[in-house]
This record gives sequence, structure tokens and C-alpha cells, in this order.
Amino acid sequence: MSLQVEVVSPERITYSGDAKLVVCRTVGGGDIAFQEGHVPFIGVLQVWEAKIVGEDDQSETFAVHQGFVQVARGKVTILSDVSEQRENIDVERARAALARAESADDDDAEATAAARRAKVRIAVASGEAVVTG
Amino acid sequence: MAGAKERILRRRIASVNSTKKITRAMELIAATRVVKAMQRANEARPYAVQITSVIESLAAGGASVSHPLLRKAEDVKSVGIIAIAGDRGLAGPYNAGVLRAAERQLDAARSEGADYKLILCGKKTGDYFRFRGYEIDAYYEGISDSPTYADAREVATKVMDMFTEGELDRVELIYTEFISMGTQKVAVRRFLPLEDTSSMAAGDDADSEALAEFEFEPSPGGVLESLLPRYVEARLYGAMLDAAASEHANRQRAMKAATDNAEELKTKLTREMNRVRQEAITTEIMEIVSGAEALGGDEPSDS
Repeated sequence: MSLQVEVVSPERITYSGDAKLVVCRTVGGGDIAFQEGHVPFIGVLQVWEAKIVGEDDQSETFAVHQGFVQVARGKVTILSDVSEQRENIDVERARAALARAESADDDDAEATAAARRAKVRIAVASGEAVVTG
Repeated sequence: MAGAKERILRRRIASVNSTKKITRAMELIAATRVVKAMQRANEARPYAVQITSVIESLAAGGASVSHPLLRKAEDVKSVGIIAIAGDRGLAGPYNAGVLRAAERQLDAARSEGADYKLILCGKKTGDYFRFRGYEIDAYYEGISDSPTYADAREVATKVMDMFTEGELDRVELIYTEFISMGTQKVAVRRFLPLEDTSSMAAGDDADSEALAEFEFEPSPGGVLESLLPRYVEARLYGAMLDAAASEHANRQRAMKAATDNAEELKTKLTREMNRVRQEAITTEIMEIVSGAEALGGDEPSDS
């Protein structure tokens, strides 16, 4: 028995498979990990990475740009507007977006959010720990 | 000269033939697009289903909050009408159906004494209402063919802003529902205010007890607050995808009919042309024969 995991974006299902551990970060301000038999849970996700560790200890990392996580009946569903798998992240584009966002106004909420998304993307792509201010 | 009529017919056949080629090409393009559009609609479904299921869980968990998107106006002063139709014509009754339904909603709103606001997607809707002198509040084009979630979000955000600011008390969504390849129906749906969460989750009694134990982070209300706008976006996105699939299906059908008609016309004209040509030949032979006979009559037959 293991957890069934689905990462769903509005346009399609980006990932579907079995896992023994799922780690993500909620707006409440902390990482939360799910294993089999977790209490039913619904949380709002941060712009952060989501890690899915499979049965074979292989892990998949996604950059998740807001969304929700629902855990119920041995199934974890990550609903996100944008969720990018590590391999599919265009680092060049993310860097360009980051540069653009950083050159914009400091108090522009949109730019701050964009910078944050770009940082998470780059961090996920390079496999480093995510560090954002 | 006898050849004149034949030439005219020949030219008409050529023109019908090239029209046929065009409509045939459009039919084939629409056929591939409709498959793609259906696929996209299917791929988008899980998200909508999941979001609804989260809302159901929330309702089961006893989250009842007041959210601006749930505000029910006692006295509806302003009705928003979102009409989703195509950018291009040649799709049979597709655009006309949506426009007619939209205008009916508009008249209904006015007869209730309410003001109206038009939010239009698709060039055809813009042209129609602009021509008739209606005031248009928001207009989007270039998205009807293959809508993306970002497009849906843009429109949804605009509508939600108008609603939360009190510019609108009720919003109706008019689009073409894709039921199957053969059936598409114009649908008029209540878009906002959302029904309250408990009735959204209607018919889920069996599950609700097992799910009542949900933990929420940050809180049921907090989850709902960020969830409802997503729900609205997903609904609009679903409607747009349905509309796109319907448009392509309608166009395919219309173009198939046009191709068949062109084929039929071509056969008729070809027959007509052959008859005319045969007539001309017969006349010519008659003339030669009678000419020869007239000449032959003068000459002695035994020379």
C-alpha cells in the first residue's frame, strides 16, 4: 500500500503515480509531509517546491506556484495553476524573468511575486534547497 | 455563337469547384481541431472535479464563511452577461445561437428594470452588439479558437472584480455546451453569485461523514477564500473549452454541408454543360448536312 499522488493543473494532469512520501509547504508557514494513512487534510500551498518520493526512493520535484493540496482516502492531490516538473523547467526563461522582476519597482506586488516564482523555479531546476526572502 | 453558353457554364463549374476545395479544406481542419479541443476539455476536467471535491470536503467540514463571491443581492440592479462565441463565422448556427440567447438575457434583465453589462468573448459577439449600439464593458478576442487557462483567468478576474465591487449583482454565462460530436447546445448558466458551498456539495451525504475529520491549513475560511476564485476560473475555463470544441464541431458540419452542396451543384452544372455542348454539336452537324444536301442537290448524282 502506498500513497496515490496526482498533480493536477487546470489544463491537464501533470503527474500521476504512487509514492511513499510527499512533501510540500503550506501558507500556514511550514513544510508538511504526507505518508500513507495521513489524516484527511486540505491546505493552501505556498509558491514552493513539492517533492514526491516514489516507492523506489526516486524523487520527483515540482515547482508549484500556489494551489491546494488535498489528502483523503490514501490519495494526495496537488491542485496548482502552474506546476512544473524539474526536467521541464526552462532555466533561461526563469533567469530572464527574475532579472526582469528584480529590475522592476520594489513595491510592485506583481513583480515581487514574479521574482519569487522565478527563484523557486531556478532552485528546483538546479536541485538546490529553495531559499527566498 | 453556340459556344458562349458553354463557356459561361464552364467558368461557373470552375468557380464552384474551387469553392468546394476551400470548404473541404476547412472541413478537414475543423475535424482535426475538434478532436484536439475535445482532448483539451477532457484533460481540464480532473482539475474542475478536484476543486469541486475540495469544496465538498470543506462543506462537509463545516466551513461556512461569507465571501464576496457568495453575496446574494436582494435587489438585482445590474446583470452581467458573459457571452462566449467565435472569432470567425462559417460555423453554421454556432454564433447566432449564442447571440440570440445573450440578447434574450439582456432583454430579460431590462424588463426586470436592471441595468446590464456585457462581457464578450469572440469577435462575432463584439461585432453584433457594437452594430446594434449596445454598450460593451469588456471585450476579448483571439481566444475562442484554443483558449488557455491564462485567458480564462483574465476574463474571470475582470468579472470577479466587477462583482466584488458591486458593479454587478448577478452574472449569467452564455456559451455552447459540447454534449457530443453530434449535439451542441446553447447553455445559459448562473455564473455569480456562487451557490453556497453546502448546495454545491449537494448529493454527497454518503461521503460527508467519513470526510468530516478534515484538517485545514490555514483555516477552513482561509482555504475557501483562495479556493473560490480558482473555482470560478476553472468554471469559466471549462465553458471556454466547451465553446471551442462546439465551434469546431459546428464549423465542420457547416463545411461538410457546403462541400456536399458544391458537389451537387457541380454535377448539375456539368450535366447542363454537356447538354448545351451536345446541342451545339448537333446543330453544327445539321448545318453541315443540310448545307451538303443543298449543294449535292444541284450536282448530278451519277457523274
